[in-house]
Amino acid sequence: MVNVDKLQFGLETFGDIVAKEDGELLTAGQSIRQIVKEGELADKLGIDVIGVGEHHRPDYSVSSPEVVLGAIASVTKQIKLATAVTVLSSDNPVRVYERFATLEGLSQGRAQVMLGRGSFTESFPLFGYDLIDYDDLFNEKLEMYSQLIKEKPITWDGKFTQSLKDQDVYPKTDYDGLETYIGIGGSPESIIRAARYGYKVILAIIGGQADRFVPYLDLYKKAAAQYNMPVYPVAVHSHGFIADDEDEAVEVAWKNIKANFDRIGLTRGWAPMSREQFDGETQSGSFYVGNPEHVAQRIARTINLLDLGRFDLVYGAGNQTAAQRERMIELYGTKVIPRVKEILSGEAVA
Amino acid sequence: MSEIKTVGIIGAGKVGIVLAQLALAAGYHVRISGSGSVQKIALTISTLAPGATPATNQGVVSKSDLIILAIPLSRYKNIPAKLLKGKLVIDAMNYWWETDGIREEVLDPSSTSSEQVQQYFNKSTIVKTFNHMGYHNLQEEAKAAGEANRKALFVTGDNHEAVDQVAQFVNTMGFDTVRHYRLADGIMTEPGSELFGASLTQPDLQNVIDHFDETEFGQKIKAEKGA
Repeated sequence: MVNVDKLQFGLETFGDIVAKEDGELLTAGQSIRQIVKEGELADKLGIDVIGVGEHHRPDYSVSSPEVVLGAIASVTKQIKLATAVTVLSSDNPVRVYERFATLEGLSQGRAQVMLGRGSFTESFPLFGYDLIDYDDLFNEKLEMYSQLIKEKPITWDGKFTQSLKDQDVYPKTDYDGLETYIGIGGSPESIIRAARYGYKVILAIIGGQADRFVPYLDLYKKAAAQYNMPVYPVAVHSHGFIADDEDEAVEVAWKNIKANFDRIGLTRGWAPMSREQFDGETQSGSFYVGNPEHVAQRIARTINLLDLGRFDLVYGAGNQTAAQRERMIELYGTKVIPRVKEILSGEAVA
Repeated sequence: MSEIKTVGIIGAGKVGIVLAQLALAAGYHVRISGSGSVQKIALTISTLAPGATPATNQGVVSKSDLIILAIPLSRYKNIPAKLLKGKLVIDAMNYWWETDGIREEVLDPSSTSSEQVQQYFNKSTIVKTFNHMGYHNLQEEAKAAGEANRKALFVTGDNHEAVDQVAQFVNTMGFDTVRHYRLADGIMTEPGSELFGASLTQPDLQNVIDHFDETEFGQKIKAEKGA
């Protein structure tokens, strides 16, 4: 049974380039400042988490999410500050620790690390790694990170990472250490790994129906039991767009999400998105698109189905205007979230 | 060729698991192996594909009438060629730079991935299919024959009889088919083509395949061949 009082709601952005009303694109710098403004808005609305992605491509403005989160930290009070995700495989675990420990200090304990293998591949050659080592890189770096966050001197024999002898890392954090999630795309091995380390899990559901993840949650619980690790409420991350009017929401989302997916598909080799595919995703799949009532119904269904502790809506895909993005955040905070809680409370009673 | 009763799947990742689920639903016995020990995938298989038997590669191959390769292309040479000797084998792999890296060790640029898989497993019969539809579409779109909006898969290989038998198998797994009798045509559905990641009905798939040479990707492949 979903515990409505403890449910968390997040917003995540990949730092897509923002458009002006006339369609002209803002610069990356302007787009980054827009995210800070949106983080401030989300905090005022009581949204629990803001997540910022890491990408190394022309269509996204943010390659250093912790810097953006640091700016958001300085203008917010409550909201948790997450990366969505930190591509650990092509990063240096010591640096990851250092950046998040700094953010933790700046924000008085609101930093949240989300580690993933990343679904994009640009960061591998950029930082001198070979994609063929994809799994080994993540495994080794996750192990090193897990030792670093104990905040004690570490001795480490690395293959892809530096070897250390009784080395301490700084700054130390003031709170309960770094809160860490593992982002998972649907590989059974990944969910077992997260359970084995005892990290929290966030499922990236970016295509298809949430229903197919039901057995994965079972796998997570069984794996945690096997390794004698705690089971945390699971989080989900999916794309969406909300507008006052249903048709407007669908058309804005169709134009922008399609443009975004097709542009990525061009470099990754997949076919352009068809309208049938998009409609399937918005009706019963992984795109939460529509007016507040429609989106609330669909989010509530997913939370109930997967017994989630948290739902993060990915916003801003494609080139939306600042007004569209801000209105979406307002509707999410003032209408969708309260309505989701209401629906789920009703079901709890019934 | 012998009747297909037991399906052996090499690869227990996203695609391998979905194919195991579909094969179980279609009434086949299923054996499946992962990259690590049998123990390592036991929990995954019993939870996600209950009824399938986790096994070693050898255990999968020796007791199966049909083998499906559902591993990253960069790893097929980890399987000894003689292990698959005499077997009917579905190649569900592609050359995808995302998972395989950009390198000539994985793929000689002068021929297609399935031709090279066939060359390596030279005593096996390779048929390419299950390679172009997304794994969650495979899971969600599988339908009984004759149902409305049933989707189709491209099935191609050099051996007529094998292609026909695999097409029949694909049909039992929940999909219509478009058949070609030329393994090299597998390129028509690889990453970069209009069909990679697309879920189409039989007439739509047929149409794209028939006009492959007119697509941007088709033009590119043609130009590379000519060069």
